[in-house]
Amino acid sequence: MSGLPRWLFGAAGLAGLFIVAPLAAMLVRTRWSDLWGLVTTESSLAALQLSLRTACASTVLCVLLGVPLALVLARSHLRGLRIVRSIVLLPLVLPPVVGGVALLYTFGRRGLLGQYLEILGLRIAFSTSAVVLAQTFVALPFMVLTLEGALRTAGQRYEAIAASLGAGPTMVLRRVTLPLVMPGLTSGAMLAFARALGEFGATLTFAGSLQGVTRTLPLEIYLQRESDPDAAIALSLVLVLIAVLIVLATRGRGARVKL
Amino acid sequence: MSKVRGVVIAVVLLTAVSGCGSVSAGSGGSAGSGGSAGSSGGSPRRGAITVFAAASLKVVFTELGEEFERENPGASVTFSFAGSSDLVTQILAGAPADVFASADTSNMSKVVDGGVVAGQPVDFATNTLTIVVPRDNPSRISSFADLGRADVSVVICAPQVPCGSATQKVENATGTPLNPMSEESSVTDVLNKVISGEADAGLVYVTDAAAAGDKVTAIAFPESSSAVNTCRIAALEDSTQPDSAAQFVDMVTGPVGRHALAAAGFGAT
Repeated sequence: MSGLPRWLFGAAGLAGLFIVAPLAAMLVRTRWSDLWGLVTTESSLAALQLSLRTACASTVLCVLLGVPLALVLARSHLRGLRIVRSIVLLPLVLPPVVGGVALLYTFGRRGLLGQYLEILGLRIAFSTSAVVLAQTFVALPFMVLTLEGALRTAGQRYEAIAASLGAGPTMVLRRVTLPLVMPGLTSGAMLAFARALGEFGATLTFAGSLQGVTRTLPLEIYLQRESDPDAAIALSLVLVLIAVLIVLATRGRGARVKL
Repeated sequence: MSKVRGVVIAVVLLTAVSGCGSVSAGSGGSAGSGGSAGSSGGSPRRGAITVFAAASLKVVFTELGEEFERENPGASVTFSFAGSSDLVTQILAGAPADVFASADTSNMSKVVDGGVVAGQPVDFATNTLTIVVPRDNPSRISSFADLGRADVSVVICAPQVPCGSATQKVENATGTPLNPMSEESSVTDVLNKVISGEADAGLVYVTDAAAAGDKVTAIAFPESSSAVNTCRIAALEDSTQPDSAAQFVDMVTGPVGRHALAAAGFGAT
């Protein structure tokens, strides 16, 4: 016996239903006979390819940026870290459209940094790079949060022993810390990928919507809604399928958090 | 720190409770709260109607709503402005609206085919496209042909929305192929990108350009008459206030409405 009170299962069942019911409604509404045709149109495939490419790029960027940040937040003793952490987690709370507007004000033609980039001939807004930037902006907190949690749980015993045996900080990081938190890092990366794949508001505002360049799958669904709701549902199912695969992959790793 | 945490939790819970309460209590400008107003159990106030109207009609209809309330004491009009196709989806899914005004004929046909329209829809205005550029016109655009230049960043509506299909017609009529930087799902997004200077030019409705005032410069072009969107209005069958709904429709299609629409830049039907 799990030792859990019985009423808890009722509440948990309700929660599960709350999530499953809308998904079931979508499945019921789908026109299964037309599904393949709807999903393999030129615009759908372009959107899917673009989404996967940009989400992968964003995940790599999240790892490159998020790992150092998480390490500093979890392990350093700098002052004011609490404030830094609150600011870094802001994209989690900000409506994505607001994030997109902020990015536009920074990197847009007349933006804080954008105006100088414009002089150099670099146009970031409304390009595929803008999609990657927008996705990274919203997905980074997921990476940082997950990894920071794993780092805190892991403790610093092994690092201390390695240092006492004469290893320099970089070697400790490379040979002890990172391998220890690899499950957490992978979970964080998977979460960041999932968030980047589903990103909509910031992409629409900062990158715009052009087939093959900036129209990711969520934007394609948004557009198809206007004229062809069946295509929209079919594409949504593709996203749901990818999401399910990601969750299954993450659960397998997350369950084995060490120490 | 735990005291602060306790206060924060209390505030969050209080806000959540009041949030649930306000959903059923009153009508806001959105169809979402309109949907749950029905479930609050009370009967709607006499003469309170909800009008679903296309986004391009926002400024004019808000004025007409105020006029309606002045002429009919005790009546109140609540608006929900959104893209025509969004509104169609909501109406067909049962959102409680009394009147529907669309920016083009195909969206109204969808509602008619859904069997929820009372009587016949009436044409009440037309709208055509115009080029808009940022106030200072940095790319020196003077005609539609300039939009085809390689150094000009153009933003247009996507073909799936009414202003987008009008854009395609106009593109064909002028013979200038456009290479847009982005295809937006709503004409407001196109306008905003031009206002902010992100785009060198955009194609929006004449009425949107008029409403934006000096923030943009509008440049007319002769082929705009090849793509005319006709706005239609109809009272809906499931309305709980059929008399007030019919009155509002009459006002929009009558002299008061026509005067206001003409002043905003709409064409006559």
